[in-house]
Parts: sequence; structure tokens; C-alpha cells
Amino acid sequence: MNRRTFLSSGFCALPWCTPIAWAQTETKREQFMREVSGGAVVNPGRVIVDTPTLADNGHSIPVRITVESPMTPEDYVQRVTILAERNPRPIVASFMFSPASGRAEVMTRIRLADIQDVVAVAQLSNGTYWYGQTKVIVTELACLEEVR
Amino acid sequence: MLARIQVPSQARRGEVMTIRISIQHAMETGYRLDDFGRAYPKNVIHTLSCHYGGKEVFRAEMGSGIAANPYFEFYVLAEQSGDLRFEWQDDSGVRGAERAIVQVVT
Repeated sequence: MNRRTFLSSGFCALPWCTPIAWAQTETKREQFMREVSGGAVVNPGRVIVDTPTLADNGHSIPVRITVESPMTPEDYVQRVTILAERNPRPIVASFMFSPASGRAEVMTRIRLADIQDVVAVAQLSNGTYWYGQTKVIVTELACLEEVR
Repeated sequence: MLARIQVPSQARRGEVMTIRISIQHAMETGYRLDDFGRAYPKNVIHTLSCHYGGKEVFRAEMGSGIAANPYFEFYVLAEQSGDLRFEWQDDSGVRGAERAIVQVVT
């Protein structure tokens, strides 16, 4: 192979593939968010996802989700959904609140199959949707059996 | 199903109570294989609800993404003395329930 045939081969096109693949995972997340909101616009903000930045294993990762809301009968959080787009089942859980909750906050432990952003989508009583996200680095992944 | 709940025995009216619940459950994902290569069937707790004075105040719907022995921490506004009822059910149809009594003082 000489220099000219090497340059015209597909090898040099490789770096150009990477941004396209990245853009596709972005739309995948948007697709799940749209599924949760039923097509409505999901705005960034108001939701805080608190997780450890580095998790030793993906089998049990503590996640605390806090939504800024007065939690009055006029203005409260109805539902919070946790999304992990690279899990085999990306919709992890959803939590229903009411004004009797007093505070729109929940803590649980989740499984993660990959290094990824944990996204939480909140549905407010006025019909708007908000989301927050945090990246979690997992050194030993959950669902290893699936790869086998 | 064994469960541990932590609820304050006494609270002031208008106070936000911290509720913690932990249930003993394998939360089988359906992706784990046995020695013969057959998958263990998926069996997770899919619903957990909390009623306070007969009214639903919290509800969780989940899949296999919740870790084994699910643990939840959430909040309930203390309004009147009454009982907190927790109910949950898994994919195999096994139900569990637990209750605690809260004394609300003014």
C-alpha cells in the first residue's frame, strides 16, 4: 500500500465518525426524556441529582434527588423519574409525590451498567418538566452477565 | 418479606418527617444466568406505596435498575396522629406490608 491508496482508504475517515456517534447518544437521551414527558419540553434546572462521582461497583449507587419546589397544593412536584440511558432498562424508577410530602426529595440506591449520566426528570403540578443530571464513573459495572 | 422502617414516633404538626424503608429482596434483573446458562427469571418489587391517614403520600414504581434490598428515604408532612401504611408487591405476586404509628403533637 502506498501513501495515496492509504489516504483514500476509509481509515482517515474514522475521526469524523466519533462526533456523529456522540450526537446519536444525545438524541437517545432526548428520546427517553420525551417518552417520560409525553412530548413536552424538558427544561434544564430545578432538579439536583446527588451521587458519588466515582463508584467502586455499579450494583448499588446511592442517588439523592432534590427538586426545588414549595410543595404547596398550588405548586408541587407530581413525579420524578430516574433515567440511566445506558442501562438495559433505561427508565430506572419513578416516584410520585403530593403536597403531603412536604419536601420533593428522595434517596435510593440504583444499579448502573456503564459510566454514564444519571438524569432525573421532574413533572410539576403546573405541567412543566425539569431535569438535572450528574455523571457517575463506575469501575466495576452491574449486568456483566449480559455481556457474556 | 422482611422490611425495616424508620419513622419518628412523635412529630410536631407541620414538621417534615424523614421516612426510611429497606426491604429484603434480591431484585432479580432477569440478566443473571445460572450454572446451566439459563437466566433467572426477572423478579423485582415493582410498586411501593405509603399511605398516611388513608391518603397516599408517596409511591415508587421501579424496574430492575434499583439495587438489591431496595432502600428509600423520603419525606412526609406531619398533619395529624395516625398510621403510616407501607405496601409493596413483586413480579411473582408476593405482597408485603408494614405499618407504623405517628403521634403528632401541637
